[in-house]
Amino acid sequence: MDPTALAALIQEAVPSARIELAPSIDQQITLYSHRDDVVAVAGTLRDHPQLRFALLVELTAVDLWPKEPRFEVLYLLVSIEHRLRLRWKVRLAGGDDARLSTVSSVWPAANWLEREVWDLFGIQFDRHPDPRRLLMPEDWEGYPLRKDYPVQINMAARTTEALQVTEEEFRASVEKDRLARR
Amino acid sequence: MGLESDLPDIPVLTTNVEKMVQWARRSSIWPVTFGLACCAIEMMAMSCSRYDIARFGAEVFRGSPRQSDLMIVAGRLSRKMAPALRRIYDQMPEPKWVISMGACASIGGVFDNYALVQGVDQVVPVDVYVPGCPPRPESLIYGIVQLQRKIDQQKLT
Repeated sequence: MDPTALAALIQEAVPSARIELAPSIDQQITLYSHRDDVVAVAGTLRDHPQLRFALLVELTAVDLWPKEPRFEVLYLLVSIEHRLRLRWKVRLAGGDDARLSTVSSVWPAANWLEREVWDLFGIQFDRHPDPRRLLMPEDWEGYPLRKDYPVQINMAARTTEALQVTEEEFRASVEKDRLARR
Repeated sequence: MGLESDLPDIPVLTTNVEKMVQWARRSSIWPVTFGLACCAIEMMAMSCSRYDIARFGAEVFRGSPRQSDLMIVAGRLSRKMAPALRRIYDQMPEPKWVISMGACASIGGVFDNYALVQGVDQVVPVDVYVPGCPPRPESLIYGIVQLQRKIDQQKLT
């Protein structure tokens, strides 16, 4: 499909969307949209009979620090029906403004991918069904894939203490267990 | 032929308890089945027929830490994995030993970053460090022999 025709299709379906075509070196259609209408554009991309991008191959982000807008969230989509590939990007500013809507209601595959982006870039996904870290420990501070993250931190390894039980407590517990089995 | 020809007239050997316990311990080091990364492949090769760690009595890799004497930390340890490793170590009954296998386990190797523990000795006490990236099975066997020597000298208190 012709890139301008595709952009026009989306623009027609979502009038408020500010679709912007970007040059790409590999002929794959690349377009930007504004973060406010991510969900509407996503729904159009998936459901429009001429598009049917049913497969979310990848959802990731790029940190362009120190440039502004700092982040780009990147969606790679495939339309199996029409044999199309699409590279769809959304620009985000840094700081507290690094947030956009989740598309996990459109593509369930986005759930873990968005968790990963949140985990490593600190980009918040509003209304995400399960906003937890995916790769790093749950109590981790900071977002390691940000360009200004100190990679070689010198931090002691943290471990949890083993359960400390005295001999009396152990015996009492065994005895209780034995009585319960009778 | 072997021991039989050297048997004394009275078929009795004398020793003391400490020496016998040391001999028994060093001759049957059972490692816990615990591989973290590519070093584990060399560890598996070591236990298979070509290198055959059974010659040193350490071939019985136990699936449960409660039946193991030795933990071979085979590979890089991530910070998220550190509590789990410590927990497995805590579950092993005394006496227990630890071999830190390879550069990553010993000092972090090439991964000087936020995600990995820079040396498992921050998490568990290490008896023998085996250098290499990854160490060849012969190196690890040498490490186990060194550990056997160490066990041989551990006094019963």
